[in-house]
Amino acid sequence: MTSSGNVDPKLLEILVCPMTKGPLEYDAGRQELISRAAKLAYPIRDGIPIMLPEEARRLD
Amino acid sequence: MSSQPIIFDRKLIRARQQRAARLEPSGFLLDRVAEDFADRLAVVLRRFDVALDLGTPGDAIRLALAASGKVGTIVAADSVIVDEEALPFGNGTLDLVASGLALHSVNDLPGTLVQIRRALKPDGLFQAALFGGDTLTELREAFAVAETEIEGGISPRVAPFADIRDMGALLQRAGFALPVTDVDGVTVRYGSPVGLLHDLRRMGATNALVARRRTPLRRRTLARMLEVYAERFADADGRVRATFEIVWLSGWAPHESQQQPLAPGSARTRLADALGTAERSAGEKPGE
Repeated sequence: MTSSGNVDPKLLEILVCPMTKGPLEYDAGRQELISRAAKLAYPIRDGIPIMLPEEARRLD
Repeated sequence: MSSQPIIFDRKLIRARQQRAARLEPSGFLLDRVAEDFADRLAVVLRRFDVALDLGTPGDAIRLALAASGKVGTIVAADSVIVDEEALPFGNGTLDLVASGLALHSVNDLPGTLVQIRRALKPDGLFQAALFGGDTLTELREAFAVAETEIEGGISPRVAPFADIRDMGALLQRAGFALPVTDVDGVTVRYGSPVGLLHDLRRMGATNALVARRRTPLRRRTLARMLEVYAERFADADGRVRATFEIVWLSGWAPHESQQQPLAPGSARTRLADALGTAERSAGEKPGE
């Protein structure tokens, strides 16, 4: 939906954490989508959110 | 969900798909599916605000969605990377979920279908094609014979594909309304079974079973498999057959506007009138 580094806001509206189906916080600085409930930060690469738990960064 | 056996190596499947995209892709089955999908979408008289292309290798379905003129936003692999087994979409956020030749390699198809149905808005449409039943039955048999002879036992080489009847039941169990399944049987002919193996590689469809033999395929086993394949599945002109069974699934997220079955006994028209015939009581024969 986008070719720039920014995620499409419409996509952000419909995305949830794939593990918990809970809400995600968008960290524009780190380019991550954070699931507090799953304690995971999903990376966004070239504007494409990678919603795979095995690619996510663990939060402590 | 955790009780599901893990059959497919999902990470490996993603890697295989990426490799296939770099090779000269073999897309004839996907092209067929995309064309068929476009026809099926053409008869649906409504627009879809947000459509998801779920797991389809390549861009054939995405392009068909765009060409349909019926879709607002298309979410596909170029906008978000997802695992079909753990969908990252909120409840009631999608109007259409389309998938071409991907869902046969999820470990938990019932779980995936439930997640799809929940992600759909009421009256949202799910339309998918996946390999089923007898797909690659010749290859399965040829490998089994070759491995038994040369390795003294068989290992899983061809994925187990679900039967169409089971898939219809799964749609229903996942809560879809108006579920429909049908099969498109495709027989592809190759000059030699090696041609089939090359095609599978370029489709990203080579063995990704968790229980696969982890050692490389032995040359002798491969050679024997090719021999058996050519012996058993060649036509008179020497070309060999490969069966693909493309199962189509469709269903709607329930909505009150959809047709509902009437309560038994609530009919207002006599069947005899509809058939233009005289009504007779049971046991009475015409002409009596």
